[in-house]
Formats: sequence, C-alpha cells, structure tokens
Amino acid sequence: MHSLLLTIDWVLVIEKAVLISVIIGVSLLIAMYETYAERKVAAFMQDRRGPSRAGPGGIFQPLADGLKLFMKEEIIPTSSNRMLFVLGPGLAMLTAMMTSAVVPWSSHFNLFGREVSMQIADINIGILYIFGVVSMGVYGVMIGGWASNNKFSLMAAIRGASQIISYELAMGLAIIALLMITGSLSLKTIVEQQQAGHYYVLLQPLGFLIFLVCAFAECNRTPFDLSEADSELNMGFHQEYSSMKLGFYLFAEYINVFISSAVMSTLYFGGYDIPFVNDAALGQHIGQNPLAALQAFCLFLKVVCFIFFFMWVRWTVPRFRYDQLMNLGWKVLIPLAMANMLATGFFLLLKENHWHF
Amino acid sequence: MKVVERKPMTLWEKTYLPGIAKGMLITFGHMFKKKPTINYPEKTRPFSAVFRGLHVLNRDEQGRERCTACGLCAVACPSEAITMEAAERLPGEENLYREEKYAAKYEINMLRCIFCGLCEEACPKDAIYLSETFTPSNFTRKGFIYGKEELLIPDPVKEPEAYAKARGEEAARTSSVESR
Repeated sequence: MHSLLLTIDWVLVIEKAVLISVIIGVSLLIAMYETYAERKVAAFMQDRRGPSRAGPGGIFQPLADGLKLFMKEEIIPTSSNRMLFVLGPGLAMLTAMMTSAVVPWSSHFNLFGREVSMQIADINIGILYIFGVVSMGVYGVMIGGWASNNKFSLMAAIRGASQIISYELAMGLAIIALLMITGSLSLKTIVEQQQAGHYYVLLQPLGFLIFLVCAFAECNRTPFDLSEADSELNMGFHQEYSSMKLGFYLFAEYINVFISSAVMSTLYFGGYDIPFVNDAALGQHIGQNPLAALQAFCLFLKVVCFIFFFMWVRWTVPRFRYDQLMNLGWKVLIPLAMANMLATGFFLLLKENHWHF
Repeated sequence: MKVVERKPMTLWEKTYLPGIAKGMLITFGHMFKKKPTINYPEKTRPFSAVFRGLHVLNRDEQGRERCTACGLCAVACPSEAITMEAAERLPGEENLYREEKYAAKYEINMLRCIFCGLCEEACPKDAIYLSETFTPSNFTRKGFIYGKEELLIPDPVKEPEAYAKARGEEAARTSSVESR
C-alpha cells in the first residue's frame, strides 16, 4: 500500500495534461471569437454591420487583429519598472486561465477503459479556489498600472483594484447563501445536486442577481469599467502597454468573461446538466460518451448565452460614476447580500424544523 | 412645454434595474432592425439627377470636339480654376474639331474647382458638362490639374463602347484617371 501511494499514475498525469491544454486552447479560441462577437454585437445593436471584410462575414477578423498586435512595436517606457511591467499582463493572463481548473466541463468520458473526468481538479474547496484566484486578478491590473510609472495608469489601477475588492465582498456574501443550501464547496457536487433537483437560480434569484452584478465588476466590464474610463484616464491602466502585452490584458478580460460565465452557469444554471432532460436516463439510452459530449455542449450553450448577456449589457448601460459605483457596492449590494444570507438561513432552519417555528 | 420631473428616485429605481431592463429591451430590438449601411466599394448610392461631379469635355456625334475655346467658362468660373489656350483649326483637321477654333490646352484645377456648375451653364456650345463622378484622390497637387486627356469624353465613332460607358455611369473615365 505504501509503495502504491508513492508510484505516480502516469496515465492520469497525461490525461490531465491533455485536458489542461485542451481547455487552455478552447479558452483562447473562445476569447478570440469573443472579440469578434463583441464587435458584431455592438455593431448590430447600433444598426451597423460590424467587421465584414476578413473572410466571409469577417470571420477571420480575430486572426487579423492578433496578427496586428503581434506585429506592433513593443515599447517599454524607460521610467517604468521593467520586471513588473512585463509581469503585469502575464499575471492577468495567468489568473484568468487558472480559474478554469475547477470548473466541471462535463460529467466524464469512458476512453481506453478509463473514466476520464472532464474537470481538471475536483477539489473540495472549489469555490474558495475560484475566489482566491479571482482576487489575485487585482494584481495584474495593479502591478501593470504601478509599473507603468504614469499617473493616469496608476489612478486607473487604483480605481480598478478598489472596485474589485469592494465587489468581492458582496460576491462572497451572495455565495455564502448558496453554500448554505448546497452544503458543499465542490463545483461538481453542486452541479450534481442541481441535476437531481432544481437549478439554484430558482432558490437564490437575489443571490444570483448580486453575483451577476459583482461578476461584471470583477471582469472590469461596462458598466463597471472605470479602470478604462478613456475620458478621464486616457486609456486606463494599460495606457503604456503596446503590442501583445496590451493584447494579453485585452485577452485576459475576455477569458475572464468566459470563465465567469462558466462559473455562473455552474453555480446557478446547472452547469453541464441538459435542461428538461433526465441526464442519467438519457445516458443509459445513448451511452456515456455521447451523453458527456452533449453535456459539454449544453454547458457551452449556457456559457454563450451569458457571454452574449455580458456584451448586451456592455452596449446598453453607460459607465457608472465612481461614487455611484461605491454606493451601489457598499450601500446596496452588500446589505442586500446580507439580507439574502439571513433569509436563506432562516428558511433553511425552518425547513430543518419541518416548517414549525 | 414639458416640466422635467425631479422627484427623488424610489428604492426600486435606485437599484437601476428597471432602467437597465428598459434600455436592454431597446438595444435588443435594434439587433433586428434593417441596417442602413451601403457596402461602399461593392455598392454605391445613386446620385441625384442634379449631382455635379467631375467635368467632361463633350464631343458631337461624329466625334469632333465641341469646345471652341471661347473662354466663357473661364470667365464664369468663380474660383478661377479653368485655363485654356486657343488654336486655329488647320485644313485636314475637320474631323477632329467642330469649328475653326479649338482649345489646344484646356486645364481645370480640381483643387480650386468648387463644382458649382457655372461653366456648364456658361458654355454656348454644350461642350462642358459636370458628370456623376467625384475627383479621385491623388498624391501630388499636379495630379489634380486635369488636362484634355482626362477631361475629353471617348470618341463615339472610334471607341463606341468606352463612349457609351462614359455616358452611362462614367466608370471607364474614372479608372483611366486613376491609372495616371
């Protein structure tokens, strides 16, 4: 037994390595096409046509954009802190990618006689891990703004950091209410509970709303993109950045949008559950592998809906003023989240007591 | 006159949610509206019948230049964009020029021209017309001084196709100007 513990399961290592590279590849691809989708959605909402020249319907536009970013001259300001300046975008990208590790993308495939789980790591503190990594996302913004040695960048970075920190509180409180229902921090368990019962958005509508608003703030998306307020701060925290380092910041934002969409679908909309269908019964009918593929597709659809929602909001709602932002965060969302938490606790206790006081 | 309401927001309004929902319905509706865009190089917007574009020096039906270099267009021109030099028609050139005098040099500076169309109105010989093309871009100021080779319409006898094209949509003339 002792020697068995020490031996490394190489097949598992390879399996996870493949899964990680696939998920990173898919995230990057989705982020690429999010830029395209964003421009198309913006155009359609403004009665325009959007990019339409590169390829049929402009489908190769992201490639052209990426090529442009790679070809641009890379400028590192002489007065900047060189190491931190390079670290900033890397950190933003890293934290954006790391969150995907605990999201269950599907149930499992049966390949080569093995049960291949579609989750990189089913850790029992999944949500805490996400929170930890998302909080680290502040450093990408903050370090980038600081290292640029530019007052506009610094102010934008401070705004961004204070905003993310403020909204993390409300987000955490909203999640606590959900966790009281689930009793588990593992995302896989949460999805399985939703497969058996209701989607948690039905039990926690207010919690979901708070989480959604906070997710917008965490991703630095409009109406909370104060760190990119051009009219006040020129370009925001990435003003001094050029070439692919700027691209990394922009990419990290889109990956964040993708991942937070995935997390929201997982927590509140049943994750990879196929809506209106009993997954287990369907699995017995068509087999595990097609079922897993279908489940991954369902999660993807949910994520796409959320991404569209992100864009829809971006092209509708104007940016909040800084005081409005702080008022909304501290005076509205946090009290609401607390009330939601208390109400949830009250009903849970009542239920435990078989609905008697 | 409408009095602007300045009531303090109710709690429900303070969440911004009703306002946001209303706005989002509007933007969503706009997604399915017809786009007013005209894809420019592939499609062009038709000009109005009175559009005044680049000048054309006209020929008669036998392909002879109509201009007699009388200078009325140059006099009429408010921005003094037209210059010309007259010459006498020699024996044997009757198939080239309609009357005894013709313009040996006829230049319009397109940077000065304001496309008012007064030259067209002043011309007693129906020799100059404003077409439906606008001036293509150029790299030098010199390139905007259009001479006879750019302005003259193709010969209807020798090049009937090019002439028809120039009469129709002026596409042939534009491309010949661009290739300079």
